[in-house]
Amino acid sequence: MDNILSVLTPEESVYLTLRALYSGYGYKKYRMAKFEEYDLYAKNKDYLVSENVITFTDTDGKLMALKPDVTLSIVKNSKDVDGVMKVYYDENVYRVSKGTKSFKEIMQSGLECIGAVTQQTVQEVLLLASKSLEVISDSFVLSVSHLDIIKEVLKTLPTSESENSLIIKYLSERNLPAIKAFFDEKGIVSEGKDAILSIASLYGSPKKVASELKKFKISESYDFAVSELLSVTDNLENAVIDFSVVNDLSYYNGIAFKGFIEGVPTSVISGGEYDNLMKKMNKPYKAIGFAVYLDEISRIKGE
Amino acid sequence: MDKFLNVALPKGRLGEKVYDMFEKAGYPCPSIKENNRKLIFENQKLGIRFFWVKPSDVAIYVERGAADVGVAGKDILVEYKPDVYELADLQMGKCSMCVAGKKDFVDNRNKTLRVATKFVNIAKEYYSSQGRDIDIIALNGSIELAPILNLSDVIVDIVETGTTLKENDLEVVERFLPISARLIANKSSFKFKTEIIEDVRKKLTDLL
Repeated sequence: MDNILSVLTPEESVYLTLRALYSGYGYKKYRMAKFEEYDLYAKNKDYLVSENVITFTDTDGKLMALKPDVTLSIVKNSKDVDGVMKVYYDENVYRVSKGTKSFKEIMQSGLECIGAVTQQTVQEVLLLASKSLEVISDSFVLSVSHLDIIKEVLKTLPTSESENSLIIKYLSERNLPAIKAFFDEKGIVSEGKDAILSIASLYGSPKKVASELKKFKISESYDFAVSELLSVTDNLENAVIDFSVVNDLSYYNGIAFKGFIEGVPTSVISGGEYDNLMKKMNKPYKAIGFAVYLDEISRIKGE
Repeated sequence: MDKFLNVALPKGRLGEKVYDMFEKAGYPCPSIKENNRKLIFENQKLGIRFFWVKPSDVAIYVERGAADVGVAGKDILVEYKPDVYELADLQMGKCSMCVAGKKDFVDNRNKTLRVATKFVNIAKEYYSSQGRDIDIIALNGSIELAPILNLSDVIVDIVETGTTLKENDLEVVERFLPISARLIANKSSFKFKTEIIEDVRKKLTDLL
C-alpha cells in the first residue's frame, strides 16, 4: 500500500493536494446534487461560460439541468451566513466544448467565500489561487485587475453603454490600436482617455505599475480601488497587474484574476468578487471565489 | 520549457511582406529565403522560430499555443473570434469586407436574401444587426460565381481592388469592415515571454 499515490493520474494528485490545501485554510468541502432546476440557469444565462445546458424532465414534470456551473448553486443555497462561509468543491460540470461544439464533462475544482468579505478575505483567496497554481507548476503567473478602476474611468467618458462594452472588449484583447482609433474617431480628449490608454498597455508587478496608476485623478472611488488593488497584491508571489482580465461587469465587481501555467495555452484559474451576482439573486452578502480548470494539465505533467 | 519565440506567419505574399518587417525590426532568419520545402526556420542566436501556415489557420495556432505570436487578417479574427491578444495593426494587406452583387442588383426586402460567402459568421452578424432575413450559402472559393449563376443574390467577401468584381460585372453594394493584418499573441505565452513579445510589438510598430 506504500505506493498508493503512484497510481494517481497527475490530475487526481493535483485535486487531492488542492483539497488538502483548502481544508488546511479552514474551507469546508461542499457537496451538491448532480442536478439543479433549469430555472436557475435560465435566469442567469449571461453568467454561464457557455449558454447551453443539458436538460431533462424529472418524474414530477419539472425541467431539470445537469450543472454547467457550481457557483450559482452555492450562492442559491447560501443563507443564514454568520461571518464568512468558506467552502471548496470538486465537481463535474457539463459545458459545450468550443472545438467539438458538443457537451463535455469537465472536472472543476474551486472555492467560494460568501458573507462579510473583507480585504483580508480577498487577500487570502488570492494567496490560495497563487498556491493552487504552485501545486500545478513552479512556472506560473497570477494576473490581477480591479474592475472598479475600469468602471470609474469609463464613468468619466462621454460614451454610451454599448461603446463601453466595446472598450472593455478591446481591453481584454490588449488592443491598444483599436482603443486609440475609437477615441480619435469620437474626438475624445480627456484624462479618462489617457487613463484607459494607460491601463490597456499596463503590465507588470504591482511595484512597477503603482506610480502609473496613481498618476490619474479620476475620482475618490478610483483612488480607493487603486490602493486596494496594490495592497491585496503586495507580496503576492508572481502576481502581475493586468487589465486584460475583465469579467462581465453585470455579475462581477472589484478584484478579478486569472491564473496561467507556462505551457498551458489558456487560463487554468479564473475568479474574482461577484457582489453583483449576489444582488441579482437577492442575497444580502458579498462574495469572492475562483475555479480551477485542470483538463489541460495532464499534457504538461506528462505520463 | 521552450524558450524560443514561435511565430506563425501566413503563407503567401502577405506573409513574405510580414517576414520582411520582422527582418527590418531586428528579428531576421536568413534560412527562410532559401528556396526549399522546409516549414520551420530558426534563428538560434535570437531565439526566434518562424513557420508558415495557411492564413486562416494562424489564429488557431496562436489560440492553442502552438505559436506564441502570429500575424492574421482582421477578417479571420472577426470570423473565428479566437481568444487571443491583438497587439498591433501592421497596416498591410489592407482591404475591406464587402457586400457585392450584380450591377443591376436591388435589395427586395420582401424576399429572404440569399448570401454566398466564406465568412458565415461575419455575414450572419452583419445582416442580423440590420434585422434582415437571410439564407447563407457557405462556399470555399470562387464566391463571385454565385450571383452570376443565380445561386445567391449577393456575396459577402473581401475586396481589395475590385478588379475581379468588375471583370465579372459585379459591384460593391457596401463596404462595412476595414481589414488589415494584425499581430496577435497567445494570452498565456504573453505572460511567460512578455519581454520578447513586447519587444517584437514595439519594433514592428516603430516601423509603421
